[in-house]
Amino acid sequence: MATTDISKSSPPLKDELDIVIPTIRNLDFLEMWRPFFQPYHLIIVQDGDPSKTIKVPEGFDYELYNRNDINKILGPKASCISFKDSACRCFGYMVSKKKYIFTIDDDCFVAKDPTGKEINALEQHIKNLLTPSTPFFFNTLYDPYREGADFVRGYPFSLREGAPTAVSHGLWLNIPDYDAPTQLVKPRERNTRFVDAVMTIPKGTLFPMCGMNLAFDRELIGPAMYFGLMGDGQPIGRYDDMWAGWCTKVICDHLGLGIKTGLPYIWHSKASNPFVNLKKEYKGIYWQEELIPFFQSATLSKDANTVQKCYLELSKQVKAKLGKVDDYFNKLADAMVTWIEAWDEMNPSAASSSGVPSGSAK
Amino acid sequence: MSEISINCDEVDIVIGALQLDLTSFMEEWRPVFSQFNLIIVQDPDLKGKLKIPAGFNFDLYTKSDIDGFLGSLSNAISFSGYCCRYFGYLMSQKKYIIAIDDDCIPAKDSAGNFVDAVAQHIINLSTPATPFFFNTLYDPFCEGADFVRGYPFSLRSGVDCGLSCGLWLNLADLDAPTQALKPELRNNRYVDAVLTVPARTMMPVSGINIGFNRELVGPALVPAFRLAKEGNLRWETVEDIWTGMCVKVVCDHLRLGVKSGLPYVWRKERGNAIESLKKEWEGVKLMEDVIPFFQSLRLSTSAGTAEDCVSEIAATVKEQLAPANPVFARAAESMVEWVTLWKRARTR
Repeated sequence: MATTDISKSSPPLKDELDIVIPTIRNLDFLEMWRPFFQPYHLIIVQDGDPSKTIKVPEGFDYELYNRNDINKILGPKASCISFKDSACRCFGYMVSKKKYIFTIDDDCFVAKDPTGKEINALEQHIKNLLTPSTPFFFNTLYDPYREGADFVRGYPFSLREGAPTAVSHGLWLNIPDYDAPTQLVKPRERNTRFVDAVMTIPKGTLFPMCGMNLAFDRELIGPAMYFGLMGDGQPIGRYDDMWAGWCTKVICDHLGLGIKTGLPYIWHSKASNPFVNLKKEYKGIYWQEELIPFFQSATLSKDANTVQKCYLELSKQVKAKLGKVDDYFNKLADAMVTWIEAWDEMNPSAASSSGVPSGSAK
Repeated sequence: MSEISINCDEVDIVIGALQLDLTSFMEEWRPVFSQFNLIIVQDPDLKGKLKIPAGFNFDLYTKSDIDGFLGSLSNAISFSGYCCRYFGYLMSQKKYIIAIDDDCIPAKDSAGNFVDAVAQHIINLSTPATPFFFNTLYDPFCEGADFVRGYPFSLRSGVDCGLSCGLWLNLADLDAPTQALKPELRNNRYVDAVLTVPARTMMPVSGINIGFNRELVGPALVPAFRLAKEGNLRWETVEDIWTGMCVKVVCDHLRLGVKSGLPYVWRKERGNAIESLKKEWEGVKLMEDVIPFFQSLRLSTSAGTAEDCVSEIAATVKEQLAPANPVFARAAESMVEWVTLWKRARTR
């Protein structure tokens, strides 16, 4: 597979990709990412107190939105965007005008590979997104489109064209993305294992999607990346990316799109307080036992051939089946509808065409 | 490495001898193999006496042993070529079986340490698998890893692992067209992970480097699918691919796991891919037809053991695939015969 020679040519997808960063503190971490991020446009979503000024390091091209901006732009529909939770980042996805999004947390730094070389996470995400996925049959040598790999003996030839890649899910060295109970039991555990693989998560299988180091094709799947109702005034937190991931996976499976996981790694520096996390996650730990069977058995109709249609169908199912778990899910279902309305308003030309160009709903 | 202590009495290492001189193969593996009992099965088409170095505990089976056991029941199944090792699976009475092709030697990991493939297979087989939800940090039971945030707690105890599929450095298990197109392609990437292949996801199981729980899934490893012009090079066969699909369906049905990843072995070069292209193409076309069949195959709730599952798969193959091509009819017959042989071997 051809590789992009970064040093000689212009940064890949320079004018087609936005980097969305939610922040409540500061953006000092961008200094370390400067060599890799500077060519790209940033969308900063400032959470928390809008009167605070977030300083963006010199030399970056960016747009910044605080809560006042969000309320002004969306009006009553702003109710679907979370407050006091990094879930607010999905506002950035909505207002972006680009084809691709890369989102990263402000406590994530550049990691090194086993040779000591600094990892350009953005470059790897782009490679992942620009090469096909293989969701219909598992390749034991992982991503066959990577240099030095291929499909193994026995892999059906009819499936070797793959599927378009909608999402690239990266991982984390140092502080792993554990839930609160695990953090409490293993406060010292660090992820030191560099697994040199990218792979497609098979069709029909769910996974926990972490929003810390994530990229996606906005045109293929953007409307599904709603990060839910979290934080202030909500009974739950730290399930924003999980919710988006389950919805996204169901829709990708339905539309014949692929999701990759694995490289790139970033270095996750900050371990959040496990007691605070436990309070946020507590309800989620119980609710997810109902949510998982719901998503595992969710089916979408043949008419659902765009992401928006799929998402709206899902929202109806959420109300019908999860409303009885807790009233929160009734509110969430409504917020899902509001999100799609807001998305279509902010992205008018894409409103009717956000779907797989040549694919068909399965 | 985790703290699993390996009980050597629970393991047989099965070696299918497709060449007479096993000396270099066994010397390379001596530090690992010498602790275990080996079952060596000589390809019945291979004439001559096997050369086996001293210092190993082994049971040897040759054509006469195979014929003797089969008696009059030697219609559909052939144990020639790569299928000879299946006779070893039949003869074993141990819990775990590890099988490695005789053109593979121990690999080194990225730190330069010698990889004990047998130990890794046993670790894979004796720790739980997680087929119902994908863990993004791969095997949560390995040291230094765990389940990630968002992984449902009710699924964290996992299920038993039935099959462990290892990988290959240097010459990967590629098919003939791929190898012919990319003659220089070598696998140099050591991916330090074991993961569970999710339930209902099909995969190509390579017989080059595998381990399995014989008590749980033994009968599901069926020597059933032979190509007319099959040869002695892996890229001229698809028998393990067929077997692998059967095992995956059985494991999915019985709620057992299939793991893939570590251990690696180092696979040496052999043969000419372009020559093999002439032989293997038929198998490639046939397998295309077979994929949708296996992907949608569901077994009845009454199939509670691997034998029951294999019998049901055989019946379905006969009904749905056999009409299209006699090779499938033969495969179905072999599978039925295999279950009979398996039962006979157990009462020995």
